[in-house]
Amino acid sequence: MPGPGNRGAMGRPRPKLENPGKIFRRIMGYVFGPYKFHCILVFICIVVSVLAGLQGTLFMRNLIDDYISPMLLTPGEPDFNPLLRAILRVAIFYLIGAMAGFAQNILMIYVTQGTMRNMRDELFEKMEKLPIGYFDSHSHGDIMSTYTNDIDTMRQMINQSIPQIINSVFTVVSTFVSMLVLSIPLTIVTLIMIFVMMMATKFAAGRSSKNFVEQQKKLGAVNGFIEEMMNGQKVVKVFCHEEEGKARFKELNDSLFESADKANAYVNVLGPINAQLGNVSYVICAIVGGCLAIFVPETSIFSFTIGGLVSFLTLNKNFSMPINQISQQFNSIVMALAGADRIFKMMDETPETDNGYVTLVNAKDENGKLVECEERTGKWAWKHTHQADGSVEYKELRGDVVFDGVDFGYVPEKMVLHDIELHALPGQKIAFVGSTGAGKTTITNLINRFYDIQDGKIRYDGINVNKIKKADLRRSLGMVLQDTHLFTGTIAENIRYGKLDATDEEVKAAAKLANAHGFIKRLPDGYDTMLTGDGANLSQGQRQLLAIARAAIADPPVLILDEATSSIDTRTERIVQEGMDRLMKGRTTFVIAHRLSTVKNSDCICVLEQGRIIERGTHDELIEAKGRYYTLYTGNKIAQ
Amino acid sequence: MVRRILKEVKQYTFASIITPVSMILEVIMELSIPYLMASIIDKGVNAGDMSHILKVGGLMVVAALIGLFGGLMGGRFGAMASAGLAKNLRESMYNHIQTFSFSNIDKFSTSGLVTRLTTDVTNIQNAYQMILRIAVRAPLSMIVALVMAFTINARIASIYLIALVFLAIVLLIIMFTSMGTFKSIFPKYDALNESIQENVSAIRVVKAYVREEQEISKLHKASKNIYNIFVKAEKKISFAFPIMSLTVYACIILISWLGAKMIVQNQLTTGELTSLLAYCMSILMSMMMLMMIFVMVSMSIASMERVSEVLKEEPDIVNPENPVTEVKDGSISFKNVSFSYHKEGGEPILRNINLDIKSGEVIGIMGATGSSKSSLVNLISRLYDVTDGEVLVGGVNVKDYDLETLRNEVSVVLQKNVLFTGSIYDNLRWGNKNATDEECREAARLACADEFISSFPDGYETHIEQGGTNVSGGQKQRLCIARALLKKPKILILDDSTSAVDTATDARIRQAFREAIPGTTKLIIAQRISSIQDADRIIVLDDGEINAFDTHENLLANNEIYREVYESQTGGSRDFDETEVS
Repeated sequence: MPGPGNRGAMGRPRPKLENPGKIFRRIMGYVFGPYKFHCILVFICIVVSVLAGLQGTLFMRNLIDDYISPMLLTPGEPDFNPLLRAILRVAIFYLIGAMAGFAQNILMIYVTQGTMRNMRDELFEKMEKLPIGYFDSHSHGDIMSTYTNDIDTMRQMINQSIPQIINSVFTVVSTFVSMLVLSIPLTIVTLIMIFVMMMATKFAAGRSSKNFVEQQKKLGAVNGFIEEMMNGQKVVKVFCHEEEGKARFKELNDSLFESADKANAYVNVLGPINAQLGNVSYVICAIVGGCLAIFVPETSIFSFTIGGLVSFLTLNKNFSMPINQISQQFNSIVMALAGADRIFKMMDETPETDNGYVTLVNAKDENGKLVECEERTGKWAWKHTHQADGSVEYKELRGDVVFDGVDFGYVPEKMVLHDIELHALPGQKIAFVGSTGAGKTTITNLINRFYDIQDGKIRYDGINVNKIKKADLRRSLGMVLQDTHLFTGTIAENIRYGKLDATDEEVKAAAKLANAHGFIKRLPDGYDTMLTGDGANLSQGQRQLLAIARAAIADPPVLILDEATSSIDTRTERIVQEGMDRLMKGRTTFVIAHRLSTVKNSDCICVLEQGRIIERGTHDELIEAKGRYYTLYTGNKIAQ
Repeated sequence: MVRRILKEVKQYTFASIITPVSMILEVIMELSIPYLMASIIDKGVNAGDMSHILKVGGLMVVAALIGLFGGLMGGRFGAMASAGLAKNLRESMYNHIQTFSFSNIDKFSTSGLVTRLTTDVTNIQNAYQMILRIAVRAPLSMIVALVMAFTINARIASIYLIALVFLAIVLLIIMFTSMGTFKSIFPKYDALNESIQENVSAIRVVKAYVREEQEISKLHKASKNIYNIFVKAEKKISFAFPIMSLTVYACIILISWLGAKMIVQNQLTTGELTSLLAYCMSILMSMMMLMMIFVMVSMSIASMERVSEVLKEEPDIVNPENPVTEVKDGSISFKNVSFSYHKEGGEPILRNINLDIKSGEVIGIMGATGSSKSSLVNLISRLYDVTDGEVLVGGVNVKDYDLETLRNEVSVVLQKNVLFTGSIYDNLRWGNKNATDEECREAARLACADEFISSFPDGYETHIEQGGTNVSGGQKQRLCIARALLKKPKILILDDSTSAVDTATDARIRQAFREAIPGTTKLIIAQRISSIQDADRIIVLDDGEINAFDTHENLLANNEIYREVYESQTGGSRDFDETEVS
């Protein structure tokens, strides 16, 4: 299980990253891999647009020193033509710069969206191949948040942070070089001021991050309280517990305010401090530059012109801006790395292993011998290619299931099933009864290998299920689960889920068999009715009927049924029951029974308690035995 | 709507005023610097006057420091004002929700209320801070810069004005054309996430039917779709940035050209040219800020709407004037009651209900799902108000009682019940704050909860996790019953509250009730016939109407619905689901 930390919208803890460099390289793999060409172009575009901006700034010096000042000194009609040419040249560079910026934007859209798409696709592909155990141990909210929040952090990082940082670094370097060329003393002054700004930032950021941690913690507490109380609001009303809740909420809320106030105050003052320090730096440069321009003779290497001063002042502003931007982007990169870490962790989970080599094929009888064939014959066979000599053996699919001394635990330290022995002949009905947590559902999940057993053997038509390809094994087993899950789509599509190439007639036949045809027909759009949000527009009973139809159309030789729940009323349940009964006919069926009526006519009833089969036999035999089954059946162990 | 939100600023009004005032100070000081710079260049450097440079330089440092002061104040008070508003909003909403009736709560849904109290408040907090600090700063710095530019040189400054108007129009066009596309993206994006969600929760179905490949290709298709529309939408806004930089560049070039000419003609000085260029930058920066605010604020408008919806909601059940504060006995009568969840024009789900229940009677209620059993009992403690007719408890109309009195005397164990974080004692004492440990244990014993509580290592001090996830369904139900018993009510209503308790324990609970609280009127809703067959009388509800109200024996003899259910549950079709090993 992931930690109990609140992973709500705001209350996310920021985990310590073990290897940020490695994660970053892996993200870059997704970016560079398919978009190498794009990335190179983007880099060129960034360089071009930075240089175009810089040449404009430097042009100010030429404008003043080379064009305006000489014109002021030369009497008579000034000649504007050289200036016009120079300005046109600058304009062309500017235009190129703007076009480079545009190209960069467009390219980055493809890179960003493409990378997100590839990650999402890959994540989903990997997820579909994860074993059921993964979904048991990770909350669905956490899994979803990887798809939404974590992948979204990639957008910010790839689209903005990285280009911005490249741009900033390049701007800083080129500006720095230009500053050095213009004036070394002023550059030193600027650097000192930058240092002061960094110290100030470090101070405020330190203070604020401490308070931010505090704020996140308290926000988590407030949100947790809100969630709990809103969920229990009706109970609060019933128990007239409003005032107590209010008092507790006020306490939590006030303490959140205190840390939010402090945390934000430190962040807020950071901006003005840096901005005004930047202004001070600007002023000092102006004063020092002014002195240099006045007092240093033109022959000295420290000599300075007005044009130089004007250009330098602009560079001074341009120099501190990207440094601030880098520090801003840093935060979003840390967030993105944390997001990527979660994405990669999920991608790196070990997928379901499948070493099975026995496959399921269509078969037909030819002179009393089973032969593989292409067409659908309604008859299936296991194709068993012996690994030793490569010889192929065909075995008809019949539905004979044997458990032989099976032990199982979700974690190796804690076994939940012990020494399960069981033999279901083709067409037999085996029922499991027992209390919640006795292991009924677990047994059925072993047959289709949702989980792998620790010890013992499960044989299907005499073949160890480990040798059967998982997909083929599962195709030969039908499942109707207690929690019916339907998919967005029409009713027909949902039934067809069991057999993708089913005709409309087959769909209808399956629905009829499951007793679902009646209510489907009465829906305004019949079989084309759209189901939304897991079939929320249908009643529990109707959804169950659809799930039965879905299993019926797949027509599997072995069925696993987790029966209807107590939330269905008796009359609806009877309809569901009828559907189930029809489905079970002629198939090997494993039933997790909740109602005695289904159990009675079973060929074998297994009573489970704490992971062991403690009784087994037919209904009459078990009643005769007056054991646990008898108690369950009569429900009067203590009352009488 | 905005006015309703602003009402919550309350004690932070001062902070909310001082913040923009400080920002104004900061802007004016900041923008005076380029102006002074012109003076340094022209009168200082060009004239070779060192003392002037130092004098004006000192002035600039002072300006920067005053600006810093403004900025600090703005930051400090901005944080206080916005965090304060958030605090007040949360508190007002929370307190207001406490006055909501069940139907108010239904209207918003639990998750809706949670989002409003959390995410929406945070959005408003951020937007408010943004507005106080930057929404004042950006337009102001634009205006001040423009004014300064005009005082320096009106001809050149008018270039800015043209550029500004041009940019505003272009950006607005881009924004409006792309807004539609973006709006159409979100439902698609939601649909994509929904289909992922479906796969996560239905993974067993996917795997059982071996449909991984099909689901993957379905997602690839959806994901490609999203990719395409995102690319299309983002391309539209990608024009914004190059157009903006082109405009800046065009301004710089025009100023350089015109400025050079004017300097030569002695209409402008070099220093003034520098200032003009600096103002050009700050004007365009403010423009960008404004865009950003616009996006932020429009995002928070939806949140504001949702929050003010909660604040404006009128609770539809309130205490009457001069309420009755004593419930005489546990008798209940329904007189021609009909009820609908929708106030106007809704199909009533309870019709013509007439009932007379004597104090101390045990009443069973049965009926199919959707036959409005829960709705019927919820009217007794006035969790909902009847649409027509009246409900009397102890001979008095429930609308005349003080709500707290009524609900303390009519104790309901809801179908969807909840335990809260805290010890078992804490949870039980919801029923009665002042209950002693012994009283708590006594109630637990009656509800057959004592035995499993005692088996916990920490006994009654066992910590219950949020939502009661660390106890089983049956244990949770028994704790909820014990909690309701602690109220010592005159009427006890169990709404399908023992469905996860095994039949034997269920029987023991009912027996305990019979012996320990014989005077309490008990209403029991159940799916299991065994839970109600020993009641004094049984109500058979069918599709919102009373089909029959009689004893078990009579119903068995005369009522078809009852007999049908009874037969289906006995004779080998009884229910042994969820039975617990205790």
